[in-house]
Amino acid sequence: MIPELGHFALIMALCMALVQAVFPLAGAARGNVAWMSLARPAARVQLVFLLITFSALVHAFIVNDFSVAYVARNSNTMLPLIYRISAVWGAHEGSLLLWILILGLWTFAVTVFSHHLPEQFVARVLGVMGLVSIGFLLFILLTSNPFIRDAFPPPDGADLNPLLQDLGLVIHPPMLYTGYVGFSVAFGFAIAALLGGKLDMAWARWSRPWTVMAWVFLTLGIALGSWWAYYELGWGGWWFWDPVENASFMPWLTGTALIHSLAATEKRGVFKNWTVLLAICAFSLSLLGTFLVRSGVLTSVHAFANDPARGVFILALLGVVIGGSLALYAWRAPGTFISSSYGLFSREMFLLVNSTLLTVAMGAVLLGTIYPLIIETLGGKVSVGAPYFNSVFIPLMVPLVIVLGCGAWARWKSDAWDRQWQHLRFAVFGSLIIGVLLAAMLDGAGALRTALGVALASWIILSTGILFYTRTRSGPDLLTTLKTHPRSFYGMCLAHVGFAITIIGLVITSNYSTDLHKRMKPGARAELAGYTFELTDIHTITGPNYDATEAAIRVWRGAKIVTELHTQKRIYRVRDMPMTEAGIRPGLTRDLYVSLGEPLGNGEWSVRLYYKPFVRWLWLGALFMACGGVLAVTDRRYRQIRLQATDPQSVIVAGATAKP
Amino acid sequence: MNRYFIPLIVFIVLIAFFRIGLNYDPRLVPSPLIDKPVPVFTLPNLRDTATTMSSADLRGQAVLLNVWASWCVECRNEHPVLMEFSQNLKMPVYGLNYKDTREEAIQWLDHYGDPYVQSAFDQSGRVGIDFGVYGVPETFVLDRNGIIRYKHIGPITQKTMEDIILPLLNKLDHPAT
Repeated sequence: MIPELGHFALIMALCMALVQAVFPLAGAARGNVAWMSLARPAARVQLVFLLITFSALVHAFIVNDFSVAYVARNSNTMLPLIYRISAVWGAHEGSLLLWILILGLWTFAVTVFSHHLPEQFVARVLGVMGLVSIGFLLFILLTSNPFIRDAFPPPDGADLNPLLQDLGLVIHPPMLYTGYVGFSVAFGFAIAALLGGKLDMAWARWSRPWTVMAWVFLTLGIALGSWWAYYELGWGGWWFWDPVENASFMPWLTGTALIHSLAATEKRGVFKNWTVLLAICAFSLSLLGTFLVRSGVLTSVHAFANDPARGVFILALLGVVIGGSLALYAWRAPGTFISSSYGLFSREMFLLVNSTLLTVAMGAVLLGTIYPLIIETLGGKVSVGAPYFNSVFIPLMVPLVIVLGCGAWARWKSDAWDRQWQHLRFAVFGSLIIGVLLAAMLDGAGALRTALGVALASWIILSTGILFYTRTRSGPDLLTTLKTHPRSFYGMCLAHVGFAITIIGLVITSNYSTDLHKRMKPGARAELAGYTFELTDIHTITGPNYDATEAAIRVWRGAKIVTELHTQKRIYRVRDMPMTEAGIRPGLTRDLYVSLGEPLGNGEWSVRLYYKPFVRWLWLGALFMACGGVLAVTDRRYRQIRLQATDPQSVIVAGATAKP
Repeated sequence: MNRYFIPLIVFIVLIAFFRIGLNYDPRLVPSPLIDKPVPVFTLPNLRDTATTMSSADLRGQAVLLNVWASWCVECRNEHPVLMEFSQNLKMPVYGLNYKDTREEAIQWLDHYGDPYVQSAFDQSGRVGIDFGVYGVPETFVLDRNGIIRYKHIGPITQKTMEDIILPLLNKLDHPAT
């Protein structure tokens, strides 16, 4: 009965989405206030129905209702409760339901935090989000209904894919989807502005906190995914340029370009057409990501739903949403063009270079991701791998980093080289010295690359530090001075430093990780990177839904025991799938990572040992970036909503704001 | 032509490619090489640099050609199936070691066991392109004349082996029955 209730609530949600889309948009076009005012209640009621639907599916998983086909395919009575709940989004139907629920939550947030906006504008934003909601609800109801019953339910379920039975995977998809779907708000604002023909600075100001918030979730989601791959796939890799990773990375790159471009549009009214295009692109790439993952058009470990009918539907949806909005852009954007002037050496220019570089980088990733597909439709076969991405992507990041340091410093409108040079020369020399020293001290094939990477990261940290110091130095006392600067300024500094931290982690771990594949039996020792790994014991254990062999490995540094690691080789009983659980000793400057391979006979096992320096910095940097974004969003400018754009305070800090 | 139309045009072209791409399920659509002779190649033998392995070595009886690499995670999952196939069933498997380093590949075989009669060492991936290698692992079933009869993308499971590959090999080795 409860699954039917869920199905019914889903249909009701669709009805509400129709109300939310049709009346407000029509009302906004005809100036009908009563119709426009339907937007908020419709969106809220839709959320209630979506919550009922989602709860119904969660309930089916918790009580092991295997008469529901989706539950039977993805759960099992032996599956621990937490994974029974996360199994809800472990496959196609449920993850779409999660997608639409998150869209409902974002829409609800817009209804709550939009009272300062013109009614007509809000009606349009909610109407556009309602249209997106209609598309996805139809998709679920027509092709991917999770509530379909099986007339002959199996006695037990087929279990959740063991790869997904992990805490990281419990939170990674919701986080990532929250980021993806969050761009729908920026999209809604952009379309509403295009429809209303008012692409102004107010629009940019309203969009900014929403865009940054979505970006924060996406940043965390991508970092979580990378971290999950690192410890769960059992061989210490953390980024594969896999199509699905690219699908999340492309909206991130565009979103990063967007938040920087929005800063220029909000403060100076420039790049409006470019900013609105980026807003459309960010959400389009989120949809494209959904399409790439869900349709199976590109093969990947992630593509657990390969069904051409669904692919055609998503493609049609994509065509309508993206094609429609780009057509609207082509039609309306030229009309809203107002030029304002800025010098060649100004913050505007640096921001423009920044968003262009990020967009080109996104284009390179997009090309690499879909190139195999294009070649295949033309009758060939080719695969594009990490070498392409690394050789295209990294050269684009170098100028980006250089521009970042100057851009955060530069004044709006026009600035002088010598003023910048006076402050930034310390950062220039500092980072050059660090680079040269590193290049001289380090050895190995990656020494130059590491030195370059760390020098670039130092450039960011030093220039941000000098900026911070100059800004906070003047004033009666430190605390008062610190308080006069808006949170968005600190957010920007934090996020930029986070970016630097990620770069450091990336170059060091890529160039100085070492590993050893070793044949070991209990008592055997192996040396790696100054550590001694001793296999002390191998025994079998029984988990709730798997059997495992566990190896205990003691790690010594000289005569001192550093840690004892446990790594398992698991066989999940229902799907008969082997999985490796790595044993990891995390540390700020290095991870020790072991994973158990195959039995080789005579009590010997193959064991893989890894030494991964600075690998934590990758995710630490992402955390900094996300915190920076949160700081920027909580800036009081966005809370004191009536504050004028000409407020002296906000002009002073102008460019410094919200630029993670 | 208005420049604001450019994004729309780019998008329409993309959509067209996606629409066509949907008809190609990379797992199911057979390789264009099916029922064609195996691409001609001569590569160094993985373990013995002095000797080579070539497409001619694959003739004479029905064999499996498995594309593998030491960096490939899924290869480890299908490895026991291949070991079973070659050790217990005494069936010939040839390897195409794809975009790997010799040292790591040999180490990998030494650690996990070597199911291959021999492995060709395709360091540049050039021969892999001729075979239309899409992702590693991939496995080709060749008949006694060196004609490709079946291609499997992704790791071979016990089920694929029993349901598809073994019956096919049986048929190829005893065409009369």
